[in-house]
Amino acid sequence: MTQTSEFAVELRDVVKTFKTPEGTLLNAVDHVNMQIKHGEFFSMLGSSGCGKTTSLRMMAGFEWPTEGDVYIEGNAQGHTPPFQRPVNTVFQSYALFQHMTIYQNIAFGLEMERAPADEVKTRVGRLLDMVQLNGMERRYPKQLSGGQQQRVALARALVKMPNVLLLDEPLGALDLKLRKEMQLELKAIQQKVGITFVYVTHDQEEALTMSDRIAVMSKGKVMQVGIPVEIYERPQSRFVADFIGESNFFEGIVQSVEQDRATVLVPSLKAEVTGLNTGQVGVGQKAIISIRPEKIRISEQPALKTNFFNGTVKTTTYIGSDTHVYVDMGGGVTLKVWEQNKISSLDPRAYYVQGQKVCLNLFPENTLILAES
Amino acid sequence: MNPHRRHPFIRVATILVYFFLYAPILVLVLYSFNASRTNILFAGFIPSFGALQMGGSTVVQSPCGPFHWFCELSRNREVGLAARNTLTIAFISTFISTIIGTMAALAIQRYNFRLKSFSQLSLYVPIVIPEIVMGIGILTLFSQLFGILNGAFGLEGDSRLSLGLGTVIVSHIAFSVPFVTLVVQARLQGFDKSFEEAAMDLGANELITFWRVTFPMILPGVLSGALLAFTLSLDDFVITFFTTGPGATTLPIYVYGLLRRIITPQVNALSTVWIAIVLTVVFLLQRLQSREAK
Repeated sequence: MTQTSEFAVELRDVVKTFKTPEGTLLNAVDHVNMQIKHGEFFSMLGSSGCGKTTSLRMMAGFEWPTEGDVYIEGNAQGHTPPFQRPVNTVFQSYALFQHMTIYQNIAFGLEMERAPADEVKTRVGRLLDMVQLNGMERRYPKQLSGGQQQRVALARALVKMPNVLLLDEPLGALDLKLRKEMQLELKAIQQKVGITFVYVTHDQEEALTMSDRIAVMSKGKVMQVGIPVEIYERPQSRFVADFIGESNFFEGIVQSVEQDRATVLVPSLKAEVTGLNTGQVGVGQKAIISIRPEKIRISEQPALKTNFFNGTVKTTTYIGSDTHVYVDMGGGVTLKVWEQNKISSLDPRAYYVQGQKVCLNLFPENTLILAES
Repeated sequence: MNPHRRHPFIRVATILVYFFLYAPILVLVLYSFNASRTNILFAGFIPSFGALQMGGSTVVQSPCGPFHWFCELSRNREVGLAARNTLTIAFISTFISTIIGTMAALAIQRYNFRLKSFSQLSLYVPIVIPEIVMGIGILTLFSQLFGILNGAFGLEGDSRLSLGLGTVIVSHIAFSVPFVTLVVQARLQGFDKSFEEAAMDLGANELITFWRVTFPMILPGVLSGALLAFTLSLDDFVITFFTTGPGATTLPIYVYGLLRRIITPQVNALSTVWIAIVLTVVFLLQRLQSREAK
């Protein structure tokens, strides 16, 4: 692989406009900039209609940008057809050629390159090894299970050793257990071959598990790009904090800023909350406080000198590893708190019960102050 | 009561349907072995090397035994010519109408163009209008066109454009195309675009993608369309009647001509052979398709 450019794939100010059935124009992808590095496992994460698949299809060449351009290895792609791009795709539906055997399917791409017959044989053989489908060469796609078909689709795209492999929700059709296995296997294969993977998914856990970096997308725009820890621990907007995992939110006005901390007056709590000023807000500005349920310390007596709030347990849900506690803070505010069940006990008194008075401790280093978006 | 027990009416209805479908064919086949020349009464099978009853009492030896009428048929040069015409017309018109019909189906399925719904609707018109109207229409068109062309180029004698095999083939293509299009379109309905995208993604250009991926996948539909066009062409009478000319007699036209003169079991023998051929072709294609589907 020749690395002529800094990025494997780059989207520069890309817009893709579609005509809706009602005749209005819709920007499925709206001024997106994205830089994907060499050898990276990069995920585009978002709910359906966020523009992630359209972005991927523009990289593959199935769609052309309305504005801006896609750069692969530094080369502007313009209207380059798919068969002239150094990328290959794993389709959500696998799109295996039903009238060809597994061998013929995997060999198809090499045949198009007019590779010599013996080279085709060795390369297909190597890929069959990699995806553990030895002995299946002569079968037809319909004779394989979903998981096996998925592997064939992967092998068929990888056999060409593309600069970039594009994957469109490739695990979407598999059951949960198989999906988890394939997640790890995909990641292992990516590390082995060292090819840049661009992965589209709506499953946040999948994205967090596999990716080096994640782009969270919504309504055709990129909301945030970062490594999984950043996306989860330092969301830059309420949208990202809400979309990835769960979070409690309050709105308020910034009262004071001191180094990396900010203090916000929250009308609904009738109190001030201090947290990390990750949103770089200034005094007098509106801010959003975000704290994840597992980061709230629940106790009977305050564990902090400030930043603790009293409430009453509204409901609790035992889910095995955790107990989810919903606490009524008064004024119509309910906070969710995930409490890990560290002690094995059958005694109901070991858990918080409905109506119990509790104290919620919001550690400032776990409490994020975001700018209002 | 057993919920899987079928109502006796269903059995009766099934038997009746099959009876009315196949009884005439069986009678027709039976009569092709008739010992009587008149074909009104079944006078028993022709005895092997025995006597053949002619009309009332005439007795003739038949070297072919029970297949007397088939032998007669094979000696009939007119039938041979008509069969050759019929097959020529059927093969050529099927080939061309399958290509045009498949292309039309692909275009309608895939592209949005102006007058799309109009062109789609206009495909149905030849199916719904009476054949006789279409036959007269095509005849009028050809005679007008040939009149103008013959006049314009001063064509005389043998070089004059006139009705014949060519006009029959063109008219058969015209009525077959809509059927092929409809059949292929039905097949394309469930065709996932990502198969073609996958081929292109793997380095195949549009042409290779079509021949290596699209065409093999829609082939069963194309074959069904071709089969339909072939059978339509084989037994078309009405349109052929209007567009045929000297030397272009087809089997249906020939049989019709025979019936106007005298009904001999030769007609039955001809029909029997015809049915046998059509059934064999249909059977072979069915086998081919079911293997495709696997």
